[in-house]
Amino acid sequence: MLRIATPYLFTAAGGTIAERSGIVSLGLEGYMLAGACGAAFGSYYGGNAWSGIVWGAAGGALFAAIHALATIRYRADQIVSGIAINILAVGATRFAIRVAFGSSSNSPRVSGGASGLLEFLGLLSILGVAGLINRTRFGLRLRAAGEHPEAAATVGISVSHIRAMAVVASGILAGLGGAFLALDQHQFSDEMTAGRGFIALAAVIFGRWQPFRAGAACLLFAAAEALEINLQGTSAIPSQFVAMIPYVLTVVALAGIVGRSVPPAALGKTGH
Amino acid sequence: MKALYPVITGALIALVVGDLLILGVGQSPADVYRLLIEGTWGNPYGLAQVLYKATTLTFTGLAVALALRAGLFNIGAEAQLALGGFFAGAFGLLLPAGFPAPLAVILCIAAAATGGAIGGAIPGALNAWFGANEVITTILLNFVVLFFLNWVVTAHLHVPETVHTRALASGTVPRLSAVIPAFRGSAANAIIVLAIIAAIVTSWLVFRTRFGYELRAVGLSPDAAEAAGIIPARVRVATFTLAGALAGMGGTNFVLGYKHYYEDGFSGGAGLIGIAVALAGRTHPIGIMLAALAFATLSQGGLAIHALVPKQMADILQGVVILGIAVASRTKS
Repeated sequence: MLRIATPYLFTAAGGTIAERSGIVSLGLEGYMLAGACGAAFGSYYGGNAWSGIVWGAAGGALFAAIHALATIRYRADQIVSGIAINILAVGATRFAIRVAFGSSSNSPRVSGGASGLLEFLGLLSILGVAGLINRTRFGLRLRAAGEHPEAAATVGISVSHIRAMAVVASGILAGLGGAFLALDQHQFSDEMTAGRGFIALAAVIFGRWQPFRAGAACLLFAAAEALEINLQGTSAIPSQFVAMIPYVLTVVALAGIVGRSVPPAALGKTGH
Repeated sequence: MKALYPVITGALIALVVGDLLILGVGQSPADVYRLLIEGTWGNPYGLAQVLYKATTLTFTGLAVALALRAGLFNIGAEAQLALGGFFAGAFGLLLPAGFPAPLAVILCIAAAATGGAIGGAIPGALNAWFGANEVITTILLNFVVLFFLNWVVTAHLHVPETVHTRALASGTVPRLSAVIPAFRGSAANAIIVLAIIAAIVTSWLVFRTRFGYELRAVGLSPDAAEAAGIIPARVRVATFTLAGALAGMGGTNFVLGYKHYYEDGFSGGAGLIGIAVALAGRTHPIGIMLAALAFATLSQGGLAIHALVPKQMADILQGVVILGIAVASRTKS
């Protein structure tokens, strides 16, 4: 189950940081995909999983940086930018494997490995993000940027700077989540993230933008998925309905039926 | 015009990026662009394909734009489109072969609109009554709906070895090739007329009716609208439902006009591109139709230039255009 949860954990951890700083992170899916592609390339050309991990993190960071540039520096609408990033990531990764490997759908098989370590790091990332947000000065400034950016600016916090760092961090983490996927499956395939970035975002929202709750949500969603895989063929519940569970749960959470899910006050608002 | 500045910027950025990519794979931009024009507007089949794709995009673009005018983000056009196609395909199966053709078509279109409307009403209601952010709910519901439709078809309604339903006996719409022989072999069909009508009607609705006024008021300033006696919640639900209906009608392009059956996955991302179309078209019906033609050209053109440049380049450019427009647009906090 941890194998399924790890991409969610990484990406949700990243999503929490960025969203708490006030930047809508619809692009998590794109960062993850870029990370998966980067990892496949890194592992292929570098020959081992480590270069895969590094390139994966870099891939995610690159796309996150584009989002940060567009939304923070150029004040583009964060929702539109996030969607654009996702479309861009799909196109860019397809283009990359087409040019490098001549295929329109997969990369060649790459060596994996480092799964155990990555799984451990995935859990650690939740812990780390929780500590970062709640117990460090950086975290305090980050939360300020997300809740009261005007007040934060008046006490000398560079809101743009913090948000940019948060977004790039989310890209690195989501990229690692994607890298795990690619290394675990020993290849990159077209759109292989298949909405996992959105599930991770759903976990963040379901967890009310708190790292531990988001992590718990990730585990919950992963458990449902693992259960469905184990019951495949024997279950009375069709697989499509199990696949729906994370999304339905989050919609329910947003509707406030299980308590209100309140986002950071300045989330999505440009300008500060 | 000031309103066009972001679109022009977006297009220019896309052109530059496109040039870089083309040069990066060792081709000449001039050659590629020539091939692109030849493959789309330069030959009848290509042109017809552009028109076909633009038809669906017009519907989804209108669906997103209508919601945007009311201050809402409709990311769910994909699900609404799929639901519309499904309802049209499923309802059409109920009609016997001899059913009067015009009536069958109208009923199927109505079914499509209904399906899409349901897809819009749910996030609309969740937003209006529960305060649920419609951006997230529509994205989430996209997945839920698509999974659900996949199950319905694969578990119950499909023709063996396929992911589509049986073909409709009634309710199908003629291809344009029946009237314009040069378009033979293309998917372009009479639903394009419906798309144009939908654009005109939507324009009239938004700019010339009381409801449209309320819609725009809620979009510009919900508080001021409320002070003027408008109930934002009601307007939002109605708007989202209507937007869903528009996207749903887009499904008839494929189901009634092209394949004559519902196929799982036919929507193929058109809902998402609809967002780009709405933004590039500045949420104005004429702009939307032009933007739909532009994106359709890009999509069809990608296929045409495949010999020189991977068609995936078109995918990249779609994202670049959206980003370019977003960056160049002035945002309100």
